Amino acid sequence: MTLASTALVAAADGPPQPGPGSFLLPPTFTIGGWEVNKPELFLVLSLVIVFAFAYATSRKAQVVPGRLQFAGELVYGFIRNSIARDNIGSADYMKYVPYLFTVFLFVLVNNFYGVIPVIQFPSMSKFGFPVALALVTWLIYNVAGIGRHGFVGYLKHQTVPAGAKGPILIALVPLEFLSNIIVRPFTLALRLFATMFAGHLLILLFSLGAAYLVTGYANAAIGIPAGVLSFVLGIGVSFLDMLIMFLQAYVFTLLTAMYIGSAIADEH
Amino acid sequence: MSAILVAAAEGEEHNPLIPELPEIVLGLVVLGILFLLIRKFVVPNFEKAYAERTAAIEGGIEEAKSAQQEAQAALEQYTAQLADARHEAARIREEAKEQGAQIIAELRAQAQEEAARITATAHAQVEAERSQALAQLKSEVGSLATDLAGRIVGESLEDEARQRRTVERFITELEGSAN
Repeated sequence: MTLASTALVAAADGPPQPGPGSFLLPPTFTIGGWEVNKPELFLVLSLVIVFAFAYATSRKAQVVPGRLQFAGELVYGFIRNSIARDNIGSADYMKYVPYLFTVFLFVLVNNFYGVIPVIQFPSMSKFGFPVALALVTWLIYNVAGIGRHGFVGYLKHQTVPAGAKGPILIALVPLEFLSNIIVRPFTLALRLFATMFAGHLLILLFSLGAAYLVTGYANAAIGIPAGVLSFVLGIGVSFLDMLIMFLQAYVFTLLTAMYIGSAIADEH
Repeated sequence: MSAILVAAAEGEEHNPLIPELPEIVLGLVVLGILFLLIRKFVVPNFEKAYAERTAAIEGGIEEAKSAQQEAQAALEQYTAQLADARHEAARIREEAKEQGAQIIAELRAQAQEEAARITATAHAQVEAERSQALAQLKSEVGSLATDLAGRIVGESLEDEARQRRTVERFITELEGSAN
């Protein structure tokens, strides 16, 4: 609806200029002063989708998996064995599997909203959601590390590289502290947000551009072929975006596991 | 329509890098609920299936191991039994041989004894008959001699021819009486 309206407006007023403003959606409805918009609505829907998928595939988990269970186990086994166990270590990984599994499916579904018809808006392109996820990951790996090494021990573990001695520590310790404690949640949130933001912007650009070129451009002889080309490119970009949507879900989960793994590791 | 225009106008000032608090809160809440649901209802089921699968595989291996051990034990038992049976057979054969030899020896001894007995009996009989014949002969020779002497003395012995006839007659009589 919004896209169509924007396109109409654009068609009437000149070339469309999708930008940060395209991510400010009008409220779908309002509850007591809180304006609920589309990404918020679909974020809640993703809760239902993810849980329905996970529950349906695991409800009757058997020794010999059925078709449904096999699909669920494909994802669960991948998170559990390839991401959690390989990065955290076989002694402690089981504690973090539920969170990693949740995060992976949650990010994946919310990313793929960007290419699902009607929804067509990746929730993670609203910065607040990746920030929430990164915050939780940051808390988990720091708490896990402090629980393992104690507060001072953990700080030392994260800031003093193995084998470093002497005055070099004056330079290293603040750097390590910055990169391991301060920067990590920002990069986590920014990476996910920026890829989804850019992907959505690209799709907007190509699709709105195609609509404008075909319907609104003054010279139809140029406008229609260029619009069709733009449309085809838009499809290509959508597929690229789908790859990135999956990769970002994977990267976010993998980095979470790696951060936890390095925080509770015994030695460097 | 106006809302969109407003949004578009605001877009000029909108900074997408400033997170909105409601989004953060909503994200945290949804993630939290999802996490709790998955931890409670999903992960245990998958883990149960994994554990059962591991148990099934280990159980299979265990079973195969025990079956192999059983087979090994049975083989050993059979081999032992076979060896026993061979020993037994050899023993029985040996015993039979010994018994056979013993029987042969006994029979031989018996036969020899029998032969000796028969020989002894024959000897004894012959001896008895001989002595009986001897005794009879002795008595007969006496009476014959007496008889002959009487006859010779009774008849005159001047004629040699007569004398010869007498002897011949005597012998003929003797032969006749013997017959």
